[in-house]
Amino acid sequence: MVMTAKPVECGPVEEISLPSSMVVAPSAPLPKVVFGARDVSVYYGDFRAVRDVNVDVYEHQITAFIGPSGCGKTTVLRCFNRMNDLIDAARVEGSVTYGGVDLYHRDVNPVEVRRRIGMVFQKPNPFPKSIYENVAYGPKVAGIKGNMDDIVEKALRSAGLWDEVKSRLKVSGMSLSGGQQQRLCIARAIATEPEVLLMDEPCSALDPIATARIEDLMQQIKNEFTIVIVTHNMQQAARVSDRTAFFTTEVNSESDTRTGLLVEVDETDKIFSKPSDERTENYVTGRFG
Amino acid sequence: MTDLMDRQDAPERSAPTVVIDRNAPRPLLTQSRRALGGLRRDDLLTIGGAAVSAVCTALLLFGRVAPAAGAFGFVLVAYGLFVITYALLVWLRDERPAVVDKVMAVLLGSAAVVAFVALFSVIFFTLWRGRAALGYANLYYRDMSEALPTDPLSAGGIGHAILGTLIMISLAIVLTVPLGLTCAVFLNETGSRAAGIVRTIVDAMTALPSILAGLFIFATWILILGFERSGLAAAISISIMMLPIIIRSADVVLRLVPGNLREASAALGAPQWRSVRHVVLPTARSGLATAVILGVARGLGETAPILLTAGFTATYNTNPLNGPMVSLPLATFDFVQSPQPALIARGFATGAVLMVVVLILFAIARFIGGRPAGSVSKRQARRLAARSARDVQRFDERHMEAS
Repeated sequence: MVMTAKPVECGPVEEISLPSSMVVAPSAPLPKVVFGARDVSVYYGDFRAVRDVNVDVYEHQITAFIGPSGCGKTTVLRCFNRMNDLIDAARVEGSVTYGGVDLYHRDVNPVEVRRRIGMVFQKPNPFPKSIYENVAYGPKVAGIKGNMDDIVEKALRSAGLWDEVKSRLKVSGMSLSGGQQQRLCIARAIATEPEVLLMDEPCSALDPIATARIEDLMQQIKNEFTIVIVTHNMQQAARVSDRTAFFTTEVNSESDTRTGLLVEVDETDKIFSKPSDERTENYVTGRFG
Repeated sequence: MTDLMDRQDAPERSAPTVVIDRNAPRPLLTQSRRALGGLRRDDLLTIGGAAVSAVCTALLLFGRVAPAAGAFGFVLVAYGLFVITYALLVWLRDERPAVVDKVMAVLLGSAAVVAFVALFSVIFFTLWRGRAALGYANLYYRDMSEALPTDPLSAGGIGHAILGTLIMISLAIVLTVPLGLTCAVFLNETGSRAAGIVRTIVDAMTALPSILAGLFIFATWILILGFERSGLAAAISISIMMLPIIIRSADVVLRLVPGNLREASAALGAPQWRSVRHVVLPTARSGLATAVILGVARGLGETAPILLTAGFTATYNTNPLNGPMVSLPLATFDFVQSPQPALIARGFATGAVLMVVVLILFAIARFIGGRPAGSVSKRQARRLAARSARDVQRFDERHMEAS
């Protein structure tokens, strides 16, 4: 509620000067920027987990974050719905805008942010409730009016799970298989009709068949949602995403810790065929060093 | 040598060929369940043999060498000999890790036996000593107001103590469960410094002697505030004993709720209180029931604070706000101090009734607590399936209307 009223903190989105590589083909109209991260650094206590991230996420596109372990992909993702707030020692610097509004402004209510920006986690985490209640939980929390049966059915259909569970909606969500649980979590996330879906390695615990189903699902729902996906799997990023951001780590010499940083962000084809940075090329071709 | 070299270069030549004759009659497969764990006959014989030899050796020692030693020493020596003999017997056939494994299994098994024997002998002893009184129906509903100490067991009863215990524990549950669970949620959900202080205080309270809780309520509620001794005062004093136990065990149970469920709830835009109410507490429900059971068990057994705060009475008192009230442990204490055999039997019967009350309360708590989140009994599964079937019908009807 508060968010919509807030003025733009860091200037209108159009005025942000983008590196030439980040501008899409001039013939196509520029897609709307959903998230804009400017010089974002995240600290856990004194430890700087990721530094100086500048990335734009465009509407109705799938943006993939790839990179080695510990490079801060998930940390950056969790900045977008303020999940890092739940960690006591975490601190975010820089600005993250959502539709032009500063997400970390004093007046922005993090609960409201999370209501609009859905999230799917690495490990399927259905509530120990029935399948129906799992999906109905979000809409109930958000106070969405309307027939709950309709909402549940629509969400389960969108997640491609309806036919498999329609005869046992009152059975515990934890009795489903791993892939079904993950699709249940996706159904649960999209039941609240968020504008954005953040996916944190949603397929890392799944077999190739379940993974393919979820990737299909992402293609189907990207017309309705903007999707940001963190993945370890480069093929997955190449298959599903429109744009890809490559993160890497650098070793801090004095403390022997690693800080993540964003190397480059570009259209997926370009990242995987002729990236502008050598580190990206080494990573995507498997010569990571 | 060359042959060997050749083989290393071309291993596929040396691979054994298995010829499967598909027309050969198949061996008859009798599918029987194979026992993977448990004791085999060998083990039983070894244990039995070791036990017999240990007892005989101990008899020999105690009969010939030291005839005066007591029964306790005999058991101890016999057990020691048993373990040594068993280890030797196993060592004859097995390797060192197997010997260690089997000897440890025997040691732990005998520890379990000791624990069970202790528990069952307490129960059996109480029932046995109280058996004379347990058969009289008047025990369960009469009070002791008109029964003289010399009266037979057919007169009087402990109905007043049963009622007193139920009233006090109900009041104590009403006081402690909301307070205890709220406090445990506070400890878990806020990582503040205050939570650390509260946790330390609760820990300290766990070690509080119960007589001090009784004295505290006696001094404040009765002496300073000027209330009478009553069931309520006793309920407050046993609440002081129950509260830390409920808080600490509920705290542990809540901490076991997976963090990713809290995250999932938060990511759906649920405020913290809502996550706690709809996700954390339901997930931990069965564990919370156990926490309450532990507290109630402590409260039911308290004697000293009740004597100080509720006094003693031989008559029914249904009003917890006024007048002395007696509980089952206190009545037991009073009865067994008597020199009359009938009253002593009555005392043991009272103890037996207390155990039954505890058992019933536990059963109720288990029923309310239900199974651990996510697991269902067969009956629940059938009920859920039936409700799902009704859902299918409802959705079908809606689809029909829509089309």
